[in-house]
Amino acid sequence: MRKSLLALAAGLLLAGSVSAASAADKLKVGFIYLGPIGDLGWTYQHDLGRQALVKELGDKIETTYLENVPEGPDAERAIEQLVRAGNKLIFTTSFGYMDPTLKVAKKYPNVHFEHSTGYKRDKNMSTYSSKWYQGRYIQGLIAAKMSKSGVLGYIGSFPIPEVVSGINATILAAQTINPNIKVKIIWANTWFDPGKEADAAKALIDQGADVIMQHTDSPAAMQIASERGKFAFGQDSEMIKFGPKTQLTSILDTWGPYYIERVKAELAGTWKSEDTWGGLDSHMFAMAPYTNMPDDVKKIAEDAQAAITAGKLHPFRCPVIGQDGKEVECKGGANLDAGQILGMNFYVKGIDDKLPGK
Amino acid sequence: MQLVLEKRAERSNTIALVSPLIAIGLTIVTMTILFAILGKNPLLALHAYFIAPLTDSYSLQEIAVKATPLVMIAIGLSLCYLANAWNIGAEGQFLIGAVAGSWIAVKTQGTDAGPWVLPAMLVLAAAGGALYALIPAICKVKFGASEILTSLMLVYVADLFLDYLVRGPWRDPHGFNFPTTAEFDPVATVPLLIEGGRLHLGSIIALLVVAAAAILLGRTIKGFEIRVVGAAPRAARFGGFNSNQLVILTFAVSGALAGIAGIIEVAGPVGHLQPGISPGYGFTAIIVAFLGRLNPLGILIAGLFLALTFIGGEQAQIAMKIPLDVTKVFQGILLFYVLACDSLILYRFKLVLPNRQVARGTH
Repeated sequence: MRKSLLALAAGLLLAGSVSAASAADKLKVGFIYLGPIGDLGWTYQHDLGRQALVKELGDKIETTYLENVPEGPDAERAIEQLVRAGNKLIFTTSFGYMDPTLKVAKKYPNVHFEHSTGYKRDKNMSTYSSKWYQGRYIQGLIAAKMSKSGVLGYIGSFPIPEVVSGINATILAAQTINPNIKVKIIWANTWFDPGKEADAAKALIDQGADVIMQHTDSPAAMQIASERGKFAFGQDSEMIKFGPKTQLTSILDTWGPYYIERVKAELAGTWKSEDTWGGLDSHMFAMAPYTNMPDDVKKIAEDAQAAITAGKLHPFRCPVIGQDGKEVECKGGANLDAGQILGMNFYVKGIDDKLPGK
Repeated sequence: MQLVLEKRAERSNTIALVSPLIAIGLTIVTMTILFAILGKNPLLALHAYFIAPLTDSYSLQEIAVKATPLVMIAIGLSLCYLANAWNIGAEGQFLIGAVAGSWIAVKTQGTDAGPWVLPAMLVLAAAGGALYALIPAICKVKFGASEILTSLMLVYVADLFLDYLVRGPWRDPHGFNFPTTAEFDPVATVPLLIEGGRLHLGSIIALLVVAAAAILLGRTIKGFEIRVVGAAPRAARFGGFNSNQLVILTFAVSGALAGIAGIIEVAGPVGHLQPGISPGYGFTAIIVAFLGRLNPLGILIAGLFLALTFIGGEQAQIAMKIPLDVTKVFQGILLFYVLACDSLILYRFKLVLPNRQVARGTH
């Protein structure tokens, strides 16, 4: 007993001195997470990215994260706590951290910040996001093929451009297969609330939807679809274990490569404020294996993925017809331009629903 | 032989004083065991929670900032609870106050409105919060509706109303459709007390509120009335105190205070109106009110202490990589012990020796 206590004490001392010695020369990298790291969705994927970073550069860096940080008055403090703990590069991984990140960035010009999915930048604050609408387009093709009722169920989080462009891309794709496709949309008004998400999925299925799509972060909808024998798409992460016979595919956020690239730049002293908006071609996200579908549907999905990756297919190819029947101004030549997609605030024709706040 | 809880002849004032200390002591013992099980050095962990945040001015400021809305709301709630009026909807009154005050900020945005903007925002926020609190109060007085239920339900109404405003009419036109108003103009923001820090004028207002409540309860007839109506309603009736009037009054005051807390949070640390401006302040304040024993000074201490556990929890997450859940467990354990120890004010443990029947059975 005594021996083991001594060993424990020695171990503690040793551990203490080792970490003290190495902490001094390691670059400290901080992360602010919206949900718990076990949400199995958005935050989980960011944490996988962090883990990939540690695996790749673990001998040169030390990472710290704060989870479950609400997008309100506490966010600024949480970010500043990371700065004060010596973190030199800080990733804030949700839209609502935009203004707090900017405030802290102005206060600490020598610390670098990376804000996910926002649009405000500074000389020490980058933004990064993904063209998820590309993945939604592929899902729309699959959904239209797999739906027998011709009704898709869509669980939205908040009616912000990222989500609206996802809905539009889905429908535009589905209309190429079935021009009469219908979509029922429920706004959960949350990113993560398994109870609400499950209720939304039940309501959508009761309204005749037989393929459930979601822009919220938990696997709850997948589980409901699985119980009811319908199909569903995962979100953010691989959710096949929640619906082995249900998941068609999932948009996987793969932040690891980006995090590694940015930290390498920081280590090399070449970090610059940038606006990164990556798609399938730059591996900012990936599609989970196409499962639970016949081979011809799988082929359609794979072909579309290849075409989008190669830049031959654009989900918002002009002409895009708005809900009001009028053609949307085409600012990007052959396609809608980045600003129109990043600020998308309209539904396309064929969506029988009213965009909240319109 | 068994241990039973026995009612004391009268409440023990000694225990009333030491019970929070016993509770904190027991919490520390429990957390030490928990940290040890987690493989973290308990001393370092407790240091990160309780001592480290008190050792630099930055963390002290943050504690004050976090405690400000909690204390302000809890003071109002304590008046209600003392008068036996159960306002559970401070969260909603907080939000409506924030909305009412923001109205001026949004309408004057980009104009050269003068320094009257912020005071006007505060007044409107107080009025908004008070009016919103009057709905459940009047429903109780006029129709006998349970104010616990109505005030709680109105929280969700307020939440959705705010949501509607920032998604619709008040949305920042240059904000890519994201649900927030534009940043408030400087005349519509709460001034900071320390350059480069986050401590703001709101903390001073909170202190004034504490002092005012202490005077009200300790030195005025109204304060006496509030306490009598709560503690002995029959005696209060004989004394000619009107408990209905008091329900209206305490609800209005607590709504006004919650409303002011709301606009201070929006015009201070946040800087614009958006959904999620409150991480549950209105509910946490209920805990603060009871932790502070419905006493103004107690509430101030309880508010600061709860804020300390938040800030300390964050620093423990950073410094020791202790998960957030442990902080929540920690807060839960603390409350549990406080409530458990409080039962000793009115009860005491007594050893009951085996009675004759049992004794005979063993022969």
